[in-house]
Amino acid sequence: MNKNLKEQVLRSSGVNVLKCMRCGKCSATCPSYDEMEYHPHQFVYMVEKGDIGTLMKSESIYKCLTCFACVERCPRGVEPAKVVEAVRLAAVRQQGGNRLEPTDIPALLDEDLPQQAIVTAMRKYAK
Amino acid sequence: MQRIGVFVCHCGTNIAATVDVKAVAEALGHEAGVVIAQDYQYMCSESGQELVKSAIREQKLTGVVICSCSPRMHENTFRKAAASAGLNPYLVEVANIREQCSWIHKDIATATEKAIILGKAAVAKVALNTPLTSMESPVVKRALVIGGGIAGIQTALDIAEAGFDVDIVEKNPTIGGKMAQIDKTFPTLDCAACILTPKMVEASQNERITIHSFSEVEDVKGFVGNFTVKIKKKARFVDETKCTGCGLCTEKCPMKKVPNEFNMGLDNRSAIYIPFAQAVPKVATIDPNYCMMLKTGKCGVCSKVCSAGAIDYKQQDTIIEQQYGAIVVATGFNPIKLDKYDEFAYNQCPDVVTSLELERLMNAAGPNGGTLLRPSDKTHPHTIVFVQCVGSRCDDEKGKPYCSKICCMYTAKHAMLIREKYPDTEVYVFYIDVRTPGKNFDEFYRRAVEQYNVHYIKGMVGKVTPKSDGKIDVQASDLLANEQLHINADMVVLAAAIEPDKTARPLATMLTTQMDTNDFFTEAHPKLRPVESATAGIFLSGACQGPKDIPETVAQGSAAAAKAIGLLCKNSITCNPCTAHSDELMCNGCSSCEKVCPYGAITYIDKEFRMPDRTTKIRRVASVNPAVCQGCGACTVACPSGAMDLSGFSNSQIMAEVDAICK
Repeated sequence: MNKNLKEQVLRSSGVNVLKCMRCGKCSATCPSYDEMEYHPHQFVYMVEKGDIGTLMKSESIYKCLTCFACVERCPRGVEPAKVVEAVRLAAVRQQGGNRLEPTDIPALLDEDLPQQAIVTAMRKYAK
Repeated sequence: MQRIGVFVCHCGTNIAATVDVKAVAEALGHEAGVVIAQDYQYMCSESGQELVKSAIREQKLTGVVICSCSPRMHENTFRKAAASAGLNPYLVEVANIREQCSWIHKDIATATEKAIILGKAAVAKVALNTPLTSMESPVVKRALVIGGGIAGIQTALDIAEAGFDVDIVEKNPTIGGKMAQIDKTFPTLDCAACILTPKMVEASQNERITIHSFSEVEDVKGFVGNFTVKIKKKARFVDETKCTGCGLCTEKCPMKKVPNEFNMGLDNRSAIYIPFAQAVPKVATIDPNYCMMLKTGKCGVCSKVCSAGAIDYKQQDTIIEQQYGAIVVATGFNPIKLDKYDEFAYNQCPDVVTSLELERLMNAAGPNGGTLLRPSDKTHPHTIVFVQCVGSRCDDEKGKPYCSKICCMYTAKHAMLIREKYPDTEVYVFYIDVRTPGKNFDEFYRRAVEQYNVHYIKGMVGKVTPKSDGKIDVQASDLLANEQLHINADMVVLAAAIEPDKTARPLATMLTTQMDTNDFFTEAHPKLRPVESATAGIFLSGACQGPKDIPETVAQGSAAAAKAIGLLCKNSITCNPCTAHSDELMCNGCSSCEKVCPYGAITYIDKEFRMPDRTTKIRRVASVNPAVCQGCGACTVACPSGAMDLSGFSNSQIMAEVDAICK
């Protein structure tokens, strides 16, 4: 367990993972559930345990759509999406570089892609 | 010449571990008027009290200061001890050096300094104390029960059984409350109506019980033993004394499209109605919001068909005033509204129902005559999903922070009943925790799982989506299997959180009783005085105090009755002599005190005064009825001219305490 990493994730997310009552409504509501190796409720629990390294290595951190359905519906106000984002940020920072550079974007564009997706992508994949 | 004794208690280590009690006694011994200052391990013990008593006798004390726990705890103990040694009990002061000092401080030096200051304040006050004598006040031998559900009925029956008159005030046209709407009761699965309706009849037939149905409490004045209550009997446009409850009017009424609240709006009733067949009193009521005669003046069918001549379209609300010795609150609960939970599609899909609605759907007297059918298309549901904790245990503004306590058990009951009656139905229950403490409760839940094969899944439903084919997609998580499920359901049942009835809050204001942040009434002590409110003479029965199932509600109803009976048995009660009084020469007749008095103890009188020039002048001055005054002191603070003063807590005593603290 990496104490510094846990503290960093808790601080940057502003989430109190101890408020979770393990109901699983976040994972029940998650539209990306099937894409994820670790699900929203697992993120909250694993951060509580301090098992952040495993999450950082998982592709799950990039599968979260940041749709905030879990944040909206969590009965305890835990805000799991913020935890996922904090772990993602920790991973991006540790890699020392962005997963997505602005110069990469033109090649990825297609007509059906909403502008919002580009903004979200920058938010998710860059420092 | 003052001769004050100071007694400092160690309270074992409760005080002595944080406060240097010997230093406190030593310091207070030097205060003016103090002739003896002692410390002792347990001042409230018999030998501790003996210490106080012998000091009163030997030192001829004129005042006693006990530095100990809160006066709520032992003020009475020491007052009694003083009285038995011949000192007026109101010459005893308690300095709270436990709750307000040793328990909240860690540093011995600071705590000791504070304890000395608190002690000095008490010494300064006791020097100004005067002997006070308690008066007796008679007890009206009649009780009022507010709310006619199972809690109120049980309380009323028990009080009547003891030989006292009791009135039930029920805001609905019939007593019976929520239990009347329930189909079966856990954990025995006996029929709710079969055990409730005999009690309703018993209440109506007991000559000591008067039922004021369709009535509300309008105003409460007075105090323990002598409350004056105004009850509004709402106009039901039917003469209760004439109506025989034959129900012909309800059949003939042409206005039949009124949502039936007894069936949770799942079917309709007529504008003139009797809530259900076993209603008590079995009297019709006209709903003025729907009655054509009352709205437009054209109809009058019910009046024509009523052979008893009971219909009275001109009936008005009437107010009755009655004296009571004790009041029992039994205002009950309601399920919360689910409007804010869009994810469960309660407002979009008629086949998503609350548990109380399911009770009506399964009840033989319900909209489908006891056959469970989907509200949308009246077909048999084959897959039913139950969702627990909807709005309970929520840390947001949408729900309630507490566990509603009854949902786990009634859901197990529903699931079991459905599997028993319709074995081809698949039943899923999504739970966070299954909470079944109670006699035979966990066995009941296990029976649902093991014998009836109800699928209990640990997890929560995230989204309910009505589909075009009439089915409902339930998206949920199965935490133990670590998967997300989609169940193709026919019906979804939501276990909505329960909350206190909306009438409880204004009632608490009228009764000057306390409520918690969730609007449940607060008991006088959470463990040791669970059925009394902090206001003397007001007792609590049933779910108005917290979520409860039927067995607990009945137990609490009887407990509240026992407490009320204990009060009604007395011919008189000792009044608090610490009451307010007004200096008529200083009173300017402004009415400020009258407005703030919660007990209605202050009236204004016109009084003749002789002026210095030998003329007379009539002035309006405040007059306090000491039998009604409870000594709260609100008037002394409100009085702009300083005319109002409180015996035992006079303005000069309070200022002396403040001076001693600030010195």
